[in-house]
Amino acid sequence: MKKTPLNQLHKDLGAKMTNFGGWEMPVEYNGIIEEHKAVRNQCGLFDISHMGEILVSGEKAFESLQRIITNDMEKLEESKIIYTPICNKNGGIIDDLLVYCLKDDEFLLVVNASNIKKDFDWVKENILDNTTVENLSDNYAMLALQGPESKKVLTQLTDIDLNLLEYYRFRKAKAAGIEMIISRTGYTGELGYELYFEPEEAENVWKQLMEAGFDFGIKACGLGARDTLRLEKMLALYGNDIGEETNPYEANMGWTVVLNKGYFIGREKLINIKANCCSKKLTPLKITGRGVARHGHQVYAADKKIGEITSGSYSPSLKQGIALAYLKSEYTDPGTKIEIEVRKRRVAAEVIAGPFV
Amino acid sequence: MSVKDDLYYSEDHEWIREEEEYLLIGITDFAQEELGDIVFVELPEVDEEFDKDDSFGVLESVKAVSDTFIPISGRVIEVNEDLIDNPELINDDPYGDGWLIKVDPADDSELDELLSAEEYAEFIEEE
Repeated sequence: MKKTPLNQLHKDLGAKMTNFGGWEMPVEYNGIIEEHKAVRNQCGLFDISHMGEILVSGEKAFESLQRIITNDMEKLEESKIIYTPICNKNGGIIDDLLVYCLKDDEFLLVVNASNIKKDFDWVKENILDNTTVENLSDNYAMLALQGPESKKVLTQLTDIDLNLLEYYRFRKAKAAGIEMIISRTGYTGELGYELYFEPEEAENVWKQLMEAGFDFGIKACGLGARDTLRLEKMLALYGNDIGEETNPYEANMGWTVVLNKGYFIGREKLINIKANCCSKKLTPLKITGRGVARHGHQVYAADKKIGEITSGSYSPSLKQGIALAYLKSEYTDPGTKIEIEVRKRRVAAEVIAGPFV
Repeated sequence: MSVKDDLYYSEDHEWIREEEEYLLIGITDFAQEELGDIVFVELPEVDEEFDKDDSFGVLESVKAVSDTFIPISGRVIEVNEDLIDNPELINDDPYGDGWLIKVDPADDSELDELLSAEEYAEFIEEE
């Protein structure tokens, strides 16, 4: 299993470790619910150094990426970030990622850990001449500082004015005494920052942040809380909710596909898919009965199978089961009553309108 | 991780305390720690009868779900109703307020097949 530079520190903190896409990662330190609540109410710190970083640079870098991603590169300018899927020819999602505009001919792709090699090969295969693709994943440690108090915590360690850093913007700046990328992004639906810097400094930066956050109730948080936090905000998880067998439209990510920007891979199919969208849709469900729906559970309306759960968990904020499922379109209206088969038992659930919290 | 001296243990991480009129059954500190925050509990009906090693309930944590297996044959005489609304009692006090069921055993001699505290401590060391 691969290890992040903080592996030993997590173990010293008593974290429960798990294999996540080939990486030995902390699931929880003192309990998922406690960590989840810290991020919703105060602040939490996550090691997400397993995420991949791919640098695309050169004269044709912009043009190359415009042909690879579904979102529009024209939305970028230096210090801006966009979220985008990359799709295959059939409109299936190869990965979802962030594109950082470092310079007008230099872009950093931040990709899911389990897709680093696949993405790197795909980008390399599909770039134009005079473009360089480098896998820099081992050159970066990455921490996510998330929660309403995160600005106050980070402010203590940097001279830049974080009030000026808008959502989906980043700055290269000094924090905790070292050069890093400070990015106002995250996967929790809270105010927060993602920090990229050299791996040798990981322990140093982690410790300074935990110390700066002490008075604000900061907690070390694992992937368990990361999952419940993102699910409550209906943020898709690659491999669960989206993948090569699903397209951005049925995943409610139509806003990340810009069909009128000119050619890009998958465009032709996606035009069709949009016109006929969609026979199934990723739909948020609240479990009204007792129980927790999990990935792979079947969804029914009376005796008819209408879909399958892609993500399901207990929601620490709502204190009940919540889930995302691909359901046949006729069953996706908010208020629709459905049932989920949980361990050979039918549990009542209901379609809801939007994010859970 | 605590292992209490005066209890019997199973390899499925349940404990049994011998009381005068019945046996009290719960899950161990090790088991609750492994499961993480418990959020739902399914328990049997009073008077239900089980054979040793039958599944008698379900514990669901934020991340996972797991069956509980009865370490001894017998009839359920009471279940811990407090757990329905407060499943976290199992995490907070696995050997006390977090008990699961009281059982009238079919055959007391089955107790001899269970692990002592010392044996259980060794067993979880190896896990």
